Amino acid sequence: MSHTAHHEENHGTGEIKKVTIILSVLTIVELILGFWMIDITSEALRLAIKGTIIILMMAKAFYIVAYFMHLKHELKNLIMTIVVPLGLMVWFIIAFLYDGNSFRNLRNTYDPYFKERSTIKVEKKAEGHGGGHEAGAAHAAADTTAHAKDTSVVENKH
Amino acid sequence: MSTATVETTKSWGGGKSPFNVEYGKLMMWYFLMSDAFTFGAFLISYGTIRFSTNGWPDPNVVFKSFPFAPEGVNAPLVFVSVMTFILIVSSVTMVLAVKAGQEMDKKSVVKYMIWTIIGGIAFLSCQAWEWSHLHHEGAWWGRNPFLNADGTASSTNFTNYFFTITGFHGFHVFSGVVINIIMLIMTLMDKFEQRGHYLMIEKAGLYWHFVDLVWVFVFTCFYLV
Repeated sequence: MSHTAHHEENHGTGEIKKVTIILSVLTIVELILGFWMIDITSEALRLAIKGTIIILMMAKAFYIVAYFMHLKHELKNLIMTIVVPLGLMVWFIIAFLYDGNSFRNLRNTYDPYFKERSTIKVEKKAEGHGGGHEAGAAHAAADTTAHAKDTSVVENKH
Repeated sequence: MSTATVETTKSWGGGKSPFNVEYGKLMMWYFLMSDAFTFGAFLISYGTIRFSTNGWPDPNVVFKSFPFAPEGVNAPLVFVSVMTFILIVSSVTMVLAVKAGQEMDKKSVVKYMIWTIIGGIAFLSCQAWEWSHLHHEGAWWGRNPFLNADGTASSTNFTNYFFTITGFHGFHVFSGVVINIIMLIMTLMDKFEQRGHYLMIEKAGLYWHFVDLVWVFVFTCFYLV
């Protein structure tokens, strides 16, 4: 019995095969959902699909950690040592995303410039190969092309 | 009797290890936990910024290219699926190498380590292509040629986070490949046969699976949602 510690680790090829198939299937389902989402415009449905993808992601993470990294077959002490601190990430995620969302709402309410800027559509011409491309940031694209037009008009008049 | 005196003098007085794993493996787990916090902090920061802005580029528009495909091809998600499967397969070959090591089967360890290294190099090549392609399109740290999904102007947050996080992950893949090559050389030099165990392969395996695990999150956060 004393040498079983090593032998218990010898999970069969069957388990590896099973987990490989599960991971592949989960990935394929994720990709199908991703492709499906491209043409969907309903915000609620998109959010639901994104939620499903995140649940599938957590399932993939579980299978990798539990079987490939073998954590499921370790002693409970080790499992708890690793999982409990990482479990705090749940709170970390909720707190920060909530904070980010709240910041956006505050800016939309009290910063008219921020709100207005995020509603102005960039002209199609500026997309990809406009002056904004060279200048770098696309958020400058609208401004720079507008300026470029103004200056060129002025120059033509002169 | 001697154990009793050891128990009183040494700081570890618990007798048997509470974890029943080798010291190095436990430390690898602790290292991976700290690394998980680093990646977690990066991804949470990305999420916070994304939640605090009104618009964000559509990944299906940004990542729609494929190597050797004609210019202007519209193949969203295809290339990244290839990358994901490369990493999953190399993770599987790593598990098989670990299993072969437990069975003291040197020949299989060598075979599967070579496959794992090939998978890692293939993934890095894919990432190098994607980075250079995006760079040619004008994307880099501080530069973002892509518009938000709703057609409004976007900020550089998108490219900054993309290159920082995939770059940090790519660096981990690179280190993993280097570690795996060292493990392969040590196997070929019969180091593990002399030691009587292949525990080093298991530790390298833990690191390699962690790299795959992080990709699961990066892939979902940047390409899918």
